[in-house]
Amino acid sequence: MIKVQGLVKRFGGVAVLDGIDLAIEQGEIIVVIGPSGTGKSTLLRCLNFLERPDAGYLTIGDLAVDVTKASRADILEARRRTAFVFQNYALFANKTALENIAEGLIVVNRWPKEKAHARAREILERIGLTDKADAYPASLSGGQQQRVGIGRAMAAQAEVILFDEPTSSLDPEWVEEVLALMKQLAQERQTMLVVTHEMGFARDVADRVIFMEGGRIVEQGPPSRLFGDPQDPRTRDFLRKVLANQVSLDAT
Amino acid sequence: MRVLDFDYMLGLVPILLRYLPLTLQMAAMGMALALVLACGLAVIRVLRIPGLNAATLLFISFFRGTPLLVQLFLFYYGLPQLLAFLTQINGITATIMGLTLHFSAYMAESIRAAIVGVDRSQTEAALSIGMTNGQLMRRVVLPQATRVAVPTLMNYFIDMIKATSLAFTLGVTELMGATQKEAAGSFLYFEAFITVAIFYWVIVELLAWFQRRLETRLNEAYRR
Ligand SMILES: Nc1ncnc2c1ncn2[C@@H]1O[C@H](COP(=O)(O)OP(=O)(O)OP(=O)(O)O)[C@@H](O)[C@H]1O
Ligand SMILES: [Mg+2]
Repeated sequence: MIKVQGLVKRFGGVAVLDGIDLAIEQGEIIVVIGPSGTGKSTLLRCLNFLERPDAGYLTIGDLAVDVTKASRADILEARRRTAFVFQNYALFANKTALENIAEGLIVVNRWPKEKAHARAREILERIGLTDKADAYPASLSGGQQQRVGIGRAMAAQAEVILFDEPTSSLDPEWVEEVLALMKQLAQERQTMLVVTHEMGFARDVADRVIFMEGGRIVEQGPPSRLFGDPQDPRTRDFLRKVLANQVSLDAT
Repeated sequence: MRVLDFDYMLGLVPILLRYLPLTLQMAAMGMALALVLACGLAVIRVLRIPGLNAATLLFISFFRGTPLLVQLFLFYYGLPQLLAFLTQINGITATIMGLTLHFSAYMAESIRAAIVGVDRSQTEAALSIGMTNGQLMRRVVLPQATRVAVPTLMNYFIDMIKATSLAFTLGVTELMGATQKEAAGSFLYFEAFITVAIFYWVIVELLAWFQRRLETRLNEAYRR
């Protein structure tokens, strides 16, 4: 269970997150949508303490902190309980696919190397990259890199995996394989909080879709409701614009 | 015009070879100490440690802003007049000290640039899986910075080997000092100095060859 209460983040006096309340059940798949500059990335980054929030309470499993009073240990713990998948993959450039996945287990969880590598191999199999174990990121395609990025997040066995536009940097040809992997994780009931513009994915996979604008959650609900019968004019406006230039919703 | 005295040059080779170890030792010591000092200075600069940062900037500015020869004379002839305990200092120690301080100033800046140049996303990825600052430095940032810094640091090492020749001005008989003495005895200045030039040249080329191999290895992970 993850609970966010009254989360505020300001950049130079501007509240980019303006009081976010959010509860995520174990196994829930949530998709966050909203216009550019609305604070979607900032929300994810605050949950992972890549940004230090200015106010709010955060509960991740049995870790409960007032974010303004979070100690170094609290922050490390929060990061260990949340995994992050980056838009630009951010694989460790000096490490192979296998090492990227095993790194956290070795350094953070202090597993012996053999055990960590064995686990990493299991994960490589699940992400379909067994043959790329020893490849360095520079030699992998965008799709393969992002799958390793997801593999690295899977290895962390976090309470939730945070995805920040995982397919936005990909050439169109690689988008499907990454979405397929995310669907597979969703079927295994991996708790996920996904920021994406892939409305087809949201409709098919999400338990709940959240529409954000101006640092606030404007509206949320099951995808059928939010897409089929949006209540707030801002949601309607956004969906009309997005769906107008996205055919994937009808195609899938 | 006269022809070169090849026999003299060949005869010089075993003599100079006896002084080669001292030249290499001074360079190796200077490099090792300079690396340690430069890493420390670079960390101070990267973390902008208050107070120390300003001192480091002054240090770097001075040692980059003045000639190495002046610095060597300052340590060897000048400082002992101020600090009594330094009267014991010999030319070799003064040379190593000068090379260390002088080159660490340059190396600190290239190490700093290499660390700062590692993409921010690498740090964030390491933080996101729960690494501490120390862990992410050791496992992610420094290995990547090394790859960037090594070619430059190797160039400084090559410069340093050549700079050891200044030690003869402090009365040290190393490669250059020995050549100077030989030349003064035989009056065959051209033969003597072209021989020692070839000595330095061969050492530098050997190092450059090693440097290329090292760079290929360091770049292995980044080939597409
Ligand atoms: N480190 C920062 N310093 C200053 N301002 C920032 C910083 N990070 C984000 N912002 C600002 O905060 C606002 C929200 O940014 P954020 O990246 O969270 O938006 P987003 O909803 O993810 O947008 P997009 O869909 O374009 O990714 C933007 O106006 C952005 O310019
Ligand atoms: Mg964003």
